[in-house]
Amino acid sequence: MSSTPLRTPLATWHETHGGRMVDFAGWWMPVQYASIVDEHLATRQAIGLFDVSHMGRLTVEGPASLAWLESLLTRRVADLAVGQARYTLVTSDEGPDGLAILDDALVTREADAPDGTPRLAMVVNASNRDRVVAWLRSQLPAVGVSLADRTAETAMIAVQGPLAVATVCVLCGDDDAGRISGLGTYRATRAVVAGQPAAVSRTGYTGEDGVEVVVAADAAEAVWQAIHDAGRPRGLKPCGLGARDTLRLEAGMPLYGHELLADSDPFAIGLGLAVNLDDAAARPRRFPGRDALAAMKRSPAPRVRVGLAFDSRRAAREGSPVVAVGLPVGTVTSGSLAPSLGHAVAMALVDRAVAAADTPLDVLIREAAQPAKVVPLPFFKRRAPQT
Amino acid sequence: MAADMKFAKTHEWIRPEAGGLATVGISAYAVEALTDLVFMQLPAVGRKVKAGESIGEIESVKAVSDMYAPVSGEIVEVNTALPGQLETLGKDPYGAGWIVRIRPDDQAEMGTLLDQAAYDALVKS
Repeated sequence: MSSTPLRTPLATWHETHGGRMVDFAGWWMPVQYASIVDEHLATRQAIGLFDVSHMGRLTVEGPASLAWLESLLTRRVADLAVGQARYTLVTSDEGPDGLAILDDALVTREADAPDGTPRLAMVVNASNRDRVVAWLRSQLPAVGVSLADRTAETAMIAVQGPLAVATVCVLCGDDDAGRISGLGTYRATRAVVAGQPAAVSRTGYTGEDGVEVVVAADAAEAVWQAIHDAGRPRGLKPCGLGARDTLRLEAGMPLYGHELLADSDPFAIGLGLAVNLDDAAARPRRFPGRDALAAMKRSPAPRVRVGLAFDSRRAAREGSPVVAVGLPVGTVTSGSLAPSLGHAVAMALVDRAVAAADTPLDVLIREAAQPAKVVPLPFFKRRAPQT
Repeated sequence: MAADMKFAKTHEWIRPEAGGLATVGISAYAVEALTDLVFMQLPAVGRKVKAGESIGEIESVKAVSDMYAPVSGEIVEVNTALPGQLETLGKDPYGAGWIVRIRPDDQAEMGTLLDQAAYDALVKS
């Protein structure tokens, strides 16, 4: 990793507003401003404002772009409607058994070009961006698709929480506000937010309602500040990566490098929905690693992802052993205090025999056995939005 | 703050008390740096410890840290109320947020620790 972390267009804002900055995946990012717990709870109760500009943003355009991505991604994309987003895995066939999961990604079909040419956007993890871009470039056809890495020239702002959408809408004209508030989950639109052209999607990584807003890098601070100021009277807090992690953990969402690894079995970790082995007409699709994934689906893995709930606030951490009557049965992949719940939770990969809800297990936390029980994911589910 | 309070580089403070005892806690700087405290494990009363030895753990949302004995001695009392009200550490780290009382083997050992000015310089650097 380079010695000087990259700065998002909002790094100076974070530094001047008390952000505790760390090097995360090569980016200089706030882990928190004051309290992770307060930031977490503000997101659950009102609005959390997150700089997620470190995430990789790619565009794929051209007459063959839909067909090309359809041939590369585990999820069907050929039938994406304009303004629709899907969660997918990015795989190559260069792994030991003909499969390497390079990343998980969100692919969105943005508004077509005026001549009808499809335009797609992909958001990938910061830690995987270089190798995903290199892999995709190696697979480009001679003509018909152009791939661009837009990470440096744009910023991405996540506005999450029950009051998030309404707050963004006050910064938009009536037409745009109506379209944004009417967006379904995993739907996206173009809009002008705080006077700046933006791509707005009803997506996020917190388990809350909310949007993610992509704007030009030089507009980022103005848009961020406008959302911040509009949301402040409603309880908005700027949030760092610490709260982002506790929120996604409570929401039971996997994180690449923790729950999801290059050799993971997606069907065993609750990501079967991200793998379409067949097309809509039940014919086998073709994409890298498809045969290996089909074999995984036929032969279920011995260990599956579960949620663990503790009575205590003491957190298991990644790598903590899970035991049942003294025998090793699994490993924790993520763990923390769950601020919304007031006790610790963890996600773990455990043997199927002990994966049923309410199974009592022990987790070794610094050698001490801590009692836990298996609970359904997600740990936290938001209330239905008030209408 | 008492003029005779000393600090370890690992952010514990120690203050001599009557009867040859000393009270130990963690500095306001350390509490502020940790934030979001969720769990604390205290040592057993009667345990003999060496300077620099772990006397327990303090855990925040993000990380677990050891707490270290600033001097060698015997743990004679622990603040059993503290793990149940960790917010006390933020409100009063040098008073109600005390962690253990220790009977130092050698009172002079405290003289090897940092005074307030030296500790302040350490955490500002």
